[in-house]
Amino acid sequence: MKQSVTVVQDEKGNFGTMVKDFAIKLIPAMPKWNGKTLVRKVLIPLASIILFVGLWHVGAKALYNIEADYKIQKALTDQGQEAADQMAACIASGDVSCQPNTLPSPAQVWTSFNTLIADHKAISADKAEFKAKTAALNATREAEGKAPIVYTGRPSFVDQIFTSLKTVFAGFLLALIIAVPVGVIIGLSTTLRNSFNWLIQIFKPVSPVVWLLLVFMIVKTMTKDSDSDSAFIISFISVGLCAMWATLVNTAMGVATVDKDYINVAKVLKLGPIQKVFKVILPSSLPLIFTGLRITLSVAWMVLIAIELLAQSPGLGSFVWEEFQNGAIDSNSKIIVAMFVIGIIGFLLDRIMLTIQNMVSFNKNATA
Amino acid sequence: MEMVVEVSKQAQGHENGVVYPSDNIMLDLHDLKKVYPTPKGDYVVLEHLNLQILKEEFVTIIGHSGCGKTTMLSMIAGLNPISDGRISVLGNPIKGPGPDRGVIFQAPSLMPWMTALQNVMLGVNQVFPHASKSQRKDIAMYYLDKVGLEGAFHKKANELSQGMQQRVGIARAFAIKPKVLLLDEPFGMLDSLTRGELQDILIEIWNKEKITAVMITHDVDEAIFLADRVVMMTSGPRAKIGDVLSIDFERPRTRKSVLEHDDYYKYRKHLIDFLEH
Repeated sequence: MKQSVTVVQDEKGNFGTMVKDFAIKLIPAMPKWNGKTLVRKVLIPLASIILFVGLWHVGAKALYNIEADYKIQKALTDQGQEAADQMAACIASGDVSCQPNTLPSPAQVWTSFNTLIADHKAISADKAEFKAKTAALNATREAEGKAPIVYTGRPSFVDQIFTSLKTVFAGFLLALIIAVPVGVIIGLSTTLRNSFNWLIQIFKPVSPVVWLLLVFMIVKTMTKDSDSDSAFIISFISVGLCAMWATLVNTAMGVATVDKDYINVAKVLKLGPIQKVFKVILPSSLPLIFTGLRITLSVAWMVLIAIELLAQSPGLGSFVWEEFQNGAIDSNSKIIVAMFVIGIIGFLLDRIMLTIQNMVSFNKNATA
Repeated sequence: MEMVVEVSKQAQGHENGVVYPSDNIMLDLHDLKKVYPTPKGDYVVLEHLNLQILKEEFVTIIGHSGCGKTTMLSMIAGLNPISDGRISVLGNPIKGPGPDRGVIFQAPSLMPWMTALQNVMLGVNQVFPHASKSQRKDIAMYYLDKVGLEGAFHKKANELSQGMQQRVGIARAFAIKPKVLLLDEPFGMLDSLTRGELQDILIEIWNKEKITAVMITHDVDEAIFLADRVVMMTSGPRAKIGDVLSIDFERPRTRKSVLEHDDYYKYRKHLIDFLEH
């Protein structure tokens, strides 16, 4: 009997179609629309968001009232009735000088978000103007062999996001370059696995802060005579070291637990060690390696904020810390904006990793 | 030459009393023993197992579950170490696994991330390193064609059905041109219709290539239809060859002619009587 099978040609599309493919895969397939899916996929999630914002609003309001009452009460006991009345009037008027400092409401956070965007636009315009102004001067300076004049103004919130992304990707790449090869080597040999296990078990739970200090000790000495950006180097190496353990452990496990049937096939065909690793072991452990890489990326993003905060390196972490110390009237709401941005970017990074995982591995059913 | 002489001497003492000319023997299992150490002491799976298989012979091995059939086959494949005794191919004792003994596993064991063609090519590249790329591709495609997969060369293995995967397994085993083909219940997990199809495909290719084949099966009808000899193993522990039945149907066989043959039910009764005792 002949099976009717259509020939599937190797797809060798150009880069454009590849990107399009990727984008399509990133968005979950559109469900068939009927009443039930509308309720399940749109209305219920929407309701949950409204409920969340509502609770937040009510909670923020309650905290605001507690703080305001306390201020009035304090004015009353310290300075008498008149001061208390003044304080109440001041709070009611919305004056900046006497506003209670507490959890901001959703509306305040939204305002701050718009402020930050406007600020970014202003800074970008400023930068462009600066660049246009200095273009001619820089050209002559370059001709004379001098360093060009660069913009040294305050970075905007959006600039901070990109700085953080740059650091996290550098750290992630470092983790990938170290953890995957080491994981493969350890996974291949039971002896190596047993002898390195204690090392992994001891270093895995070490806090990001301690890694940062360790990296600081080493990098400080090594970059003594260079003018490289040591804050960036310290933070990306720390991020990489903190985050690589998940990939290391998963790769070693994936390599160690390759299906015995595949190993038998490799044995019968007498594949050499290199072929065995690249044709059989690595492809078969890709799903687990990717699971590790996904954890690594999300850990990297999580520890990045703490590390930036401590290493004084620019980025979202230092943005949050500066705002906290700033104590301006909208600082709290800016911190909440940063929190949401951090969360959303973390989620997007994980989605991208999941999509790549589904594209490259034979196990098509990896789920979030 | 010395080796061959030795083999023929052992053949004299063969416990089934049949003596073969030594240069006609492809596979020789001599006084084979397999022991698994357990906490309660050694467990002897096989002991004093002697079996000789001729060139171009198709032998099926039948026996109860757990009697050590698969152990024996994986020892021939070189995937399982020999505790005592010897296995030789054309008089040369085996040292580990190798492509001179192709294996069709119980599960198709294809690399799921490769296409059907790539799976077959994996072996072909290994066995014919000096052939040109297009020659190797031709070999792989020839055998995929033979197993009826001419339209599915570029399908990923995990997109194929179980039966189609096992066809690729058959193509992969034949494409490396082994001296001996070892089949470990290759159709055990298929439904009976697919099993029949694959038996036909297997025997059709085998009729052309005449590769010495050793196949484990649970299925009495399959054992008779495919084999020149059916080897019956005693139940373990200490399993050995219990009985050997020669199937004297003419080749090439068709399922219909075998089923209608006068001796068919005699053979069948012989096997079932053995298995029921």
